[in-house]
Amino acid sequence: MAEQTKKSFLEKAAESQVWKSIFRGGGVPRNRRQRMMSVLNSVFLHLHPVRLPKHAVKLKFTWCMGGLSFFIFLILTISGILLMFYYRPTIEYAYTDIIDLAEQVPFGIMRELHRWGAHAMVITVWLHMFRVFMTGSYKPPREFNWTVGVILLLLTLMLSFTGYLLPWDQLAIWAITVGSNMARAAPFLGHEGPGASLLAIGDINFITMASDARFALIGGRFMGEAALLRFYVLHCIGLPFIIMIFMSIHFWRVRKDGGISTPV
Amino acid sequence: MDSFKEIVNYISNPTILFTTVVLVFPFIFPPSDWFEKWHRRLGLHHLWGTKFIVIAMLGMVAFFMYGLGDYNFQKIVLKPDNVPISGLIFLVAFFTWLAMNQAYKNDERLNAGEKPNEYFEAPNDKVLVWPDLVYVELISLIIASAFLLVWSIGLPAPIEEPANPTESPNPAKAPWYFLGLQEMLVYFDPWMAGVVIPSLILVGLMAIPYIDRNPENSGFFSYNRRRLAISVFMFGWLVLWLMLIIVGTFLRGPNWNIFGPFEYWDIHKLEALTNINVSEIIYIKWLNKGLPDSIIIREIWGISILLGYFLILPPLLAKTFLKDMYARLGSVRYSVFIVLILIAITLPIKMYLRWMFNLKYIIAIPEYFFNF
Ligand code: HEM
Repeated sequence: MAEQTKKSFLEKAAESQVWKSIFRGGGVPRNRRQRMMSVLNSVFLHLHPVRLPKHAVKLKFTWCMGGLSFFIFLILTISGILLMFYYRPTIEYAYTDIIDLAEQVPFGIMRELHRWGAHAMVITVWLHMFRVFMTGSYKPPREFNWTVGVILLLLTLMLSFTGYLLPWDQLAIWAITVGSNMARAAPFLGHEGPGASLLAIGDINFITMASDARFALIGGRFMGEAALLRFYVLHCIGLPFIIMIFMSIHFWRVRKDGGISTPV
Repeated sequence: MDSFKEIVNYISNPTILFTTVVLVFPFIFPPSDWFEKWHRRLGLHHLWGTKFIVIAMLGMVAFFMYGLGDYNFQKIVLKPDNVPISGLIFLVAFFTWLAMNQAYKNDERLNAGEKPNEYFEAPNDKVLVWPDLVYVELISLIIASAFLLVWSIGLPAPIEEPANPTESPNPAKAPWYFLGLQEMLVYFDPWMAGVVIPSLILVGLMAIPYIDRNPENSGFFSYNRRRLAISVFMFGWLVLWLMLIIVGTFLRGPNWNIFGPFEYWDIHKLEALTNINVSEIIYIKWLNKGLPDSIIIREIWGISILLGYFLILPPLLAKTFLKDMYARLGSVRYSVFIVLILIAITLPIKMYLRWMFNLKYIIAIPEYFFNF
């Protein structure tokens, strides 16, 4: 009896049927075995190994930048979904929906969270790459995971870029105009790119203003409705879908390549 | 104080800024013995000591505080989308220091015959993920969330006038993380600056582990034993990547002219722009006749220069300066490496040719949109 009264509320709750059914094994992890099981038995935590070299858990070593990139990605997903409730990707509504968001939604900071989060993610991904380089962690056997990382970097930038257009204000369309005008000059694939005129039969050019890389990107010859829709679909569905696949590969490979790199 | 602002404006000009950085850089991140010697002699290794980062951070904060008192500085730095870049400057300074500080400590340990700080004795030195890692993660998440929340409450997201495709702002800037590429547009045509170079940056990054593949000295911070790799990477990342972004964001104003951080953005600021091509220099300036009709004859000089640069220089280097490297890497890896490096170096080369000779294109074939 005396022992029973010592149990905290948390410990009692942890022995209930409900708790045990949710957290496999149940109980509050106290001893070594329980702590190990709590990692193994959780779908989220078992991304991690059970035990790690001691430097791998130090902030000084990993800077936690990979983890933060992923965390910010989650914040962006959640705030992005909330934004989608209010935002319609048409020239008629896009701008006013954004204005409404600021004026009508009480305590609305979702747009801020989403925008500043996006900037922050670009920075954390860069710093993560920098840390991986400085610790030489790209060397065999991790060379392929570094490559996957570079793809993640590209996808992060593209997500940010496609999102930039959506408010449909002056800042947005001119930034994207500057960016997408580059596609016009793509070698072979842009109508003002070197070599494009070689892709022709007689007088018929295959690569014209209405069929080149820029046209494919913005869905027309000018920035307009089609560009907005394309960027919206890529931003909300296409790119997140692809980046999630590559993130899965990335995390899986961190484990398979032997965990966080260590000195030999 | 006005003279201080004028000095800052003056040295912000890329010709001076870039030249200074390029000259100082190898002494800060020495790639070879000779530079290492001077690095120590000049006392630059103190940069990575604890005292220095405190002074540097305070100095940077002081500079920003002082700058914010100036109307022009304030206008460009407090533009909502530019705020992350100010943050980036501090973060990169801090993390570069953090990496180098640990690297130098490890270098000393290795030189003394000890194991690096990160070394552990398996399995005794392993810790449990629960609780040792999950707490670190939890705390990081809370700090990051708090930081984002404060930022979001404090700084409203920007929204400008509704889009108007007929009225372009001056200057029209890409999102900040692409401003390094936009900066390259000054020196290259869009097909290079916007398509080929970005692709090669990605390819080059991906190629790193396949070129530098000695698994030694990985898994811990170190400098000395990897100094060439780190020095090259740092030059690309700090100078060609981040510095160009900062120049593009803070120093490019109307008509893409350079403005110092304390300078008024005058739309009417004129800069003489009479850039000429190699073919024009040769045929018109030197030979005093018109450009030949045949494209091949007209551009043969530029084409030869480039062929020499990309086809003759690499084997020459392999036989002389980079002999050891060639032996280590083998012909395929060496070729990939050297071509990527040579392409990266065309950027500074073209910058200086522009500044010194107003050179526009080495090869100019506008007929086929092929200008280099
Ligand atoms: C969306 C972007 C990314 C996410 C979410 C991400 C996430 C992570 C995480 C959580 C780790 C575990 C260790 C750590 O936190 O440092 C990791 C490791 C790693 N990442 Fe990333 N990463 C991203 C982008 C990149 C990029 C851009 C690169 C390189 C170009 C990269 C290369 C690597 C490598 C090589 C490792 C293994 C490091 C080691 O063993 O020490 N990742 N990543």
